[in-house]
Order: sequence, then structure tokens, then C-alpha cells
Amino acid sequence: MTDLVHVPPERFFADRFDVTPGLIDRLIGSALKGRVDDADIYLEYCVNEELLLEEGKVKKASRHVSQGAGVRAQAGARTGYAHTDDISLPNLEEAARQARAIASQSSASAIVAVPSGRPHDLYTLPEPPIVTDLARKLDLLASVDQAARAADPRVKQVIASLTSEDAVMLIATAAGWTVGDVRPLTRLNVTVIAEEGGKREIGTYGGGGRVGFDFFLERERWRRFALEAARQATLKLRAIGAPAGTMTVVLGPGWPGILLHEAIGHGLEGDFNRKGVSAFAGRMGQKVASELVTVVDDGTIPNRRGSLNVDDEGTPTGRTVLIDRGVLCGYMQDKLNARLMGMRATGNGRRESYASPPMPRMTNTFMLAGEDDPEDIIRSVTYGLYAVAFGGGQVDITSGKFVFSASEAYLVEDGRITAPVKGATLIGNGPQALTRVGRVGHDLQLDEGIGTCGKDGQSVPVGVGLPTIRIDSLTVGGTEV
Amino acid sequence: MTELATDLLVSVLKRATARGATAADAFLVEERHFSATVRLGEVDTVTHAHEQRLSLRVFVGKASAAASTSDLSPGSLERVVDEATRLAHLTAEDPYAGLPDPAELIDRVPDLGLRDASGHDLTPEEKIEIARRAEAAALAADPRITNSEGAEHWDRQARYAYATSSGFARAYATSSFGIAVSPVATRNGEMQRDTWYSMARQRARLEDPAAVGRTAAERALRRLGARKVKTVEVPVIFDPETAASLVRALASAASGPSLYRRASFLCDRLGSRVAAPWVTIVDDGLIAGALGSRPFDGEGLPARRTIVVREGVLESYLLDTYSARKLGLASTHHAARDGSGVTVGTTNLTLRPGTAPPAELIASVTEGFYVTELIGFGVNGVTGDYSRGAVGHWIENGRLAYPVEEVTVAGNLLEMFNAVDGVANDLVLRDRTASPTLKIARMVVAGN
Repeated sequence: MTDLVHVPPERFFADRFDVTPGLIDRLIGSALKGRVDDADIYLEYCVNEELLLEEGKVKKASRHVSQGAGVRAQAGARTGYAHTDDISLPNLEEAARQARAIASQSSASAIVAVPSGRPHDLYTLPEPPIVTDLARKLDLLASVDQAARAADPRVKQVIASLTSEDAVMLIATAAGWTVGDVRPLTRLNVTVIAEEGGKREIGTYGGGGRVGFDFFLERERWRRFALEAARQATLKLRAIGAPAGTMTVVLGPGWPGILLHEAIGHGLEGDFNRKGVSAFAGRMGQKVASELVTVVDDGTIPNRRGSLNVDDEGTPTGRTVLIDRGVLCGYMQDKLNARLMGMRATGNGRRESYASPPMPRMTNTFMLAGEDDPEDIIRSVTYGLYAVAFGGGQVDITSGKFVFSASEAYLVEDGRITAPVKGATLIGNGPQALTRVGRVGHDLQLDEGIGTCGKDGQSVPVGVGLPTIRIDSLTVGGTEV
Repeated sequence: MTELATDLLVSVLKRATARGATAADAFLVEERHFSATVRLGEVDTVTHAHEQRLSLRVFVGKASAAASTSDLSPGSLERVVDEATRLAHLTAEDPYAGLPDPAELIDRVPDLGLRDASGHDLTPEEKIEIARRAEAAALAADPRITNSEGAEHWDRQARYAYATSSGFARAYATSSFGIAVSPVATRNGEMQRDTWYSMARQRARLEDPAAVGRTAAERALRRLGARKVKTVEVPVIFDPETAASLVRALASAASGPSLYRRASFLCDRLGSRVAAPWVTIVDDGLIAGALGSRPFDGEGLPARRTIVVREGVLESYLLDTYSARKLGLASTHHAARDGSGVTVGTTNLTLRPGTAPPAELIASVTEGFYVTELIGFGVNGVTGDYSRGAVGHWIENGRLAYPVEEVTVAGNLLEMFNAVDGVANDLVLRDRTASPTLKIARMVVAGN
């Protein structure tokens, strides 16, 4: 069924590619002592499977194998990185030679940093999703299709995809220390096109995590995803134009936490702050949010999409408080930026694959619950927007301006939710937006497990979370003046 | 290498046939990549990469499956073939599935000037120096340029090989080179960053690194002092970079998979008006030395020139073999290979230039918005509804008055293309998709 045999990562790479401790030492070990501040080799083997249903049939199935090695050497702020898809001795030696070239100017400090702490055990599964029988997966997709179509006669097209992945990685450092991880990941996604009177609309819903296939069967989660996608698409058929201008915005719980990811998350990644190019640079200890706001990044939540036992530099992930009752108190760090800033690596050094060097990235980023009743929060709004589902977002780190696009939103008039409105982009300024949080609900939810974050062309899975919150002033990019 | 690559593909396809595939095709990409990033004059990151990926598509009767691997060892390739053929036995039959007619495949691969063998010969130090010169020019441009996210110089050489089980096998090679600079401008505590770049297939056609750096600095500087404006409906002018993103959005809606899924605002509009009469959009895969050029598409069909929109009328969709058959049309030779099989991709996609200098478009506006950057993902390809974050300049009485930020521009793509009332003459094919400056009669700008 699969060519992934679950042996410890050290043995996996020794058996399959002859990558042994002796070889690693030859590549990045003794030769570099005293010449670099840090060096490591990252080995990865990943199998990915994708099944796609459309027009009622699974017509597309694919399976992909990615393997490779990345060798990194660091001296001061300089990084030499070389990677190859071909894990063979001559290629590894060539990669090591190329990476080491960066360190030809000698460096003062010795090799440092064996990360402290043990890896977590957050996603050991009795059956990883990649090995689950294909017939069960095909049945699930067919059920999703039927459920979405049965939900409403206006549903004309259902596209359902199920992806499953298993990645084995091993990090070995110049200090002779190695750590490995085996990372399952799966996601079910449902897109529905609804059509009525020549109008068409789209609804999308889904979820997953570092979980087994049975996750989708628990309490018929798959059916909920299908019905949500159908509901969104048909609701939008009767949506009116969104308002344009600055107004009160209430965000629903869960995925709207993308606000945090864009408004403050990226701005608190160590690299942007070391370089002084973040709108949050130099603001540590300052008030950057309302005192109702506490935001954490937590890579240790079991089975979450954004969680990791260790980050991609071997540092165990942690729970980093970014904003404590409105005060900026933490950055997310990888080893390089932590070292250069004299701070602690927080387990946020992540990479898309062996083909990219790590950098500070988020894991699961969310706001802690407050005390307000969500319905009271809506009742408190005279006129504004209530947004519950979002597409993607983006931020300009330096100016602090961020956007995120609502895909399901409603007008709020005199404390009541009235008409659904078309999608609109919300725009704000990171260091200001959270100072305007006037109410925080008690209903914190994490998202369903759909987030992917892009930075410098590297994509990594992430999570977000939010209770219902009221932002007293945010610009809504609608069409109705 | 090219011979070896096609030999490898042929052996993979033979095994697929032996495993019960009735037809199959395979695509191999091998690339070498070097990148140097310099920040504040110091080397930041130097990256060397060697990547390869073989992707395979197999048909068992009318059912199909795909697989790919970066592990080209014989054992791994055998497993990939076996996996793909096994998957193809499980997927549903689809009457439209299949390879293109072999008679349509490219015969002789033309030399499109996509390879610059000697351009890669510089030493790593010489390449680092190019990034250094680009950044230095940005930093020296103005005392308000106080910081930098760095400058990058990269070069990439790639080989592509394609083969089918009917005995077709062809290959070609490309080079590409790039410079990008991201300086930060500061004034009174305000920080603004911008980026400028140059890319080319021939090293000699890269712009002077110092010129790229100076342009990047000017772009960052002109954003200083940006403010929000009042919410208003006004004419909006998109500069060439942002206008190109509108062209990309239109092409995405015109692509086969969006259409047969009925997930496009261009469904059922072939032959009808989708834009103002001065809008002509062309995809041309045969431009010598251009970044988007390729001799053949991801299914071995020869690249060509396609008029997508002619004087406002949607004249052609962008189709691969499968989506064409679904729609009862012929492939337009726009198949692209991605990890999970075949999709649709454009080549060199341009909105054809008009005659007016861009300044003339700006001069025609009493009050309006000149957009230089867009952020976010607020484009609904099904309805065409459009709402994105924007940065630019406010236009007052025909002149750029002051920089603007933290606003959105919103409308509907179909209405926007129909409302184009100015196409400037400043088309430059800097990237795979390009447009001249475009003026749209009215859009809603949301701010205060």
C-alpha cells in the first residue's frame, strides 16, 4: 500500500540512503568547528496523495514522492544553503561544499545550540491517513458529493478533494545531535457551485489536521463540511453589495482569526524585527492592542494542522505569548534570528521542504477567550458588518497594512443581523487594528484545519483561532458608497 | 542530458504499458538554481539547488491517474509507475480522458532563444557582486533610504523533456536570470518598502543592477507620507504592474477547468463582448527570448499565438486537451504540468498597448486614484466580484497629488473590463504577463 515504513527517522535515512552519523559528521561536523556559528543537514522524504471528485466521480488521483537534503552553514548573519533532490554521497558532498563556502571568512564563536527540551508527541496515529484504504476514501468523497447535492437543488457542481501526506524528516547539527519527526497531515475540502436564474456562486468549506482518516467520520464531520459549502454558495446567491467605508466590524469565532495572522503575526516574526523592517520593530513592551487582547502562538496543540513536535531546526515547539493584555511581549524566533538578537529560539523555525532554508513562521496563532456573550456583542452594534468566513489575507510588514477577504458576511443594523452581503476585503493597520477591539467573546474556536501560510514563496500549514470580537473601526472594501 | 532524459521517460512509459496502461505520458524537469541575497552590503544567504521531478500520467481505458517523484532511482521509478497504474484502475471512467491526437504533436522543436549557456558561467562571487551593486544603488539613491530587506540575484537553468507511449519524445532547455531589490524608506517614524526587479532569458538582457536599485528606491520613496482617503467612487488608473494582475484574473476565468466546472464569470460568453473595444488580449508562446515562451505545451502540442480577447470580444478560451473535449472545442495548446497532472497555463500574456502616454491618462482625471500595488485575494472568479487592498497616489486635477494607502478598490471584473476607457502605450514584457497602464471609468475606493 505504501512505501513508507514507520521506523525511526534515523534508521529510515540510514537504511534507505546510507546517511549515517559518520557521514553527517564528515559533511558538516569536525571540518567546520570554529569556522561557523551553526550548521545542519535536513533530510526529508514525503509521500503525498490527492483524490479529486468532480461531476460526481473521482476522476483524478495522484501520488507524489518528494525527497531531498538541505545543507546549511551559518556564520554571523550569513547563511549558505544547498539542496539536492538526489540523496547520494557525491551530491551531499557537493551540497556541503557549497553551503560551507559561506563560512570561508572565519567566525569567532564556536558551534553552539543544541536545542534544549525533548520533542513532543502530538500526532502519533494508529493509522496515518496516507495508508488508509483507497476504497474508503473514494466512498467518503462520493458521500460528500451526494450530501452537498441533496442539500439544495441549486447546487450544480461539487468539487471535493482529499489529500493525505506523510513526511519523515531528520535534522542533524554540526554539534553531533540529531532529531527526527514523522508528520502526518490530511485535509478534506469541499467546493460547491450553486446556480439560480443565470447567477452563479461559490462556497468552500473543509478541514483536517495531523489526524487519521477517521477524523472525517467523527460526528459526520464530512457531512457538515459538505452542507456548509452548499449553504455558503446558496446564501451568496441572494447577497447584496457590501458596504464601503470605515465601520464597526464583528468577526465570528474560528477561521476569522486570520486577522491575527495578518495584522500582528507576521510583524512579530524575528527576522523582520532583527532587520528593523517590521512595523512592530522596537515596540516590545509597548501597548499595541486593547487590554482585552491576549494573543499566543502555540505549536503544541495535539493533532492540529499548525502543530509540530519539533520545528524544522529541531527545536521543540512551544507556546509563545505575543501580546499579553494588550502589551507586546514576544517574538517568534528561529535559531539564526534568536542568536543574532540574543533571544531564545521559540520553536518557530519552519521551512516548506528541504528545498528552502528555515525562517521564523507561525504555528497556531489565536486570541484567548474573553467574557462577553457573542450575541450581546452583535446586539451592541448600531451599524456594521458581521463576518464569519474568510478567504485569504496578506500583509505589508513594513507599512503594517494588512487585508483579509470575507467570503461570508452580513450587515448588522440596530443590533440585528440583516442581509447577507457579497465578499469584501477588509483593510487595516497592524499596530492600530487591535487597539480598537472593544469586545471579546467567551467562544474561542480554533479553525477547522485549512490554513496555509506563504512567505518568501514558502508555504507551510498553520492554524488560527478567535473568539467573537468587535473591532470598533475597520475599513470594509465593498461597492456600496 | 537531453538524450538521457528522454531515454528515462521512454523506459518509464514502457513499464507503464507493461503494467496495463493503455496510454501514458511523462514529463521531466531538471533544474539548477543559484541565488545570492545581500543585505546592507553583506552577504545574507547563498543558495545552490539541484532539483528534478518526473511526472507521469497513465490511462487505463478511459480512467486515469497521475504520479510524480523527485527520486529518479530505478526502484523508486518502478514504484511510481506501479502506484499510478494501480490508482488508474480505481478512478472512474471519463469519456473525455486521453492524450492528444499524435498527429497534432510538435514535429520540430524551434529554437526560441530561451537558453543562454554562457550566462551561468560567472563565479558565485561575481553573482553576489551583482546583488551588491543593485542594493548599493538603492541605498545611495536618497538619504531617506535607511534600511533594506536586501537584494537578490539568481539564475536558473532547466531542461524539460516530454514523451508519450505513442513514441513521441522531445526536449528543450531554458535559462533565466533575475535581480530584485527591496529598499526601505523612512521619514518621521514612517516606514515604506517597495520592490523592483528585472528578469530575462539572456544575462545580457537583464537591466543594469544599479538602475534596478534606483527604481526600487524611487518606488519606496514615493510612498512616504501616504494617507487614507474618503470613501468615494472615482476613475481608477492601474499602473502596468497592477494592470497585469487584472489580465491574469481574466485569463484564469477563461481557462478550461474554470469553464467546464462552471466556476467562471466567462461561462457561455465565447464570441460575446467582455471588455471595451480597445481591449485586446493575446497569449503568445513563440516570442523569441521571452520569459513565458515554450516550444510546446505540457502535452507536446506546439506553442502558438492565441487572441483571447479581440477588440473587446472573447475570441478564445485557454484550453488543454481534456477541458477542450469537455467543452466540445479543440485544445488551444495551453496545457501546463503541475504536481497533480495537467492544468492550464498561459505563456506570454499581454493586453495590447494603445497610443496615449500614461501621463495623458492621468491628465484626463479630475479626481481619481492611481494604483501602484494591490494586496490580498479578494477576487471571486465565479462572479468576477473584485475587492482588493491598494496603494498608490491620489489624482487631483490631472496630477498625482499625494500617496495613498490603507484603502480598497472594488468592482466587478466584467464591469471593470467593459469600463476601460484608456489604454496607454507603455507595454513592456517584464514578466510572463504584462499590460500597459489602464484607466477604468469608475470604481469604489473605500477608506475613511
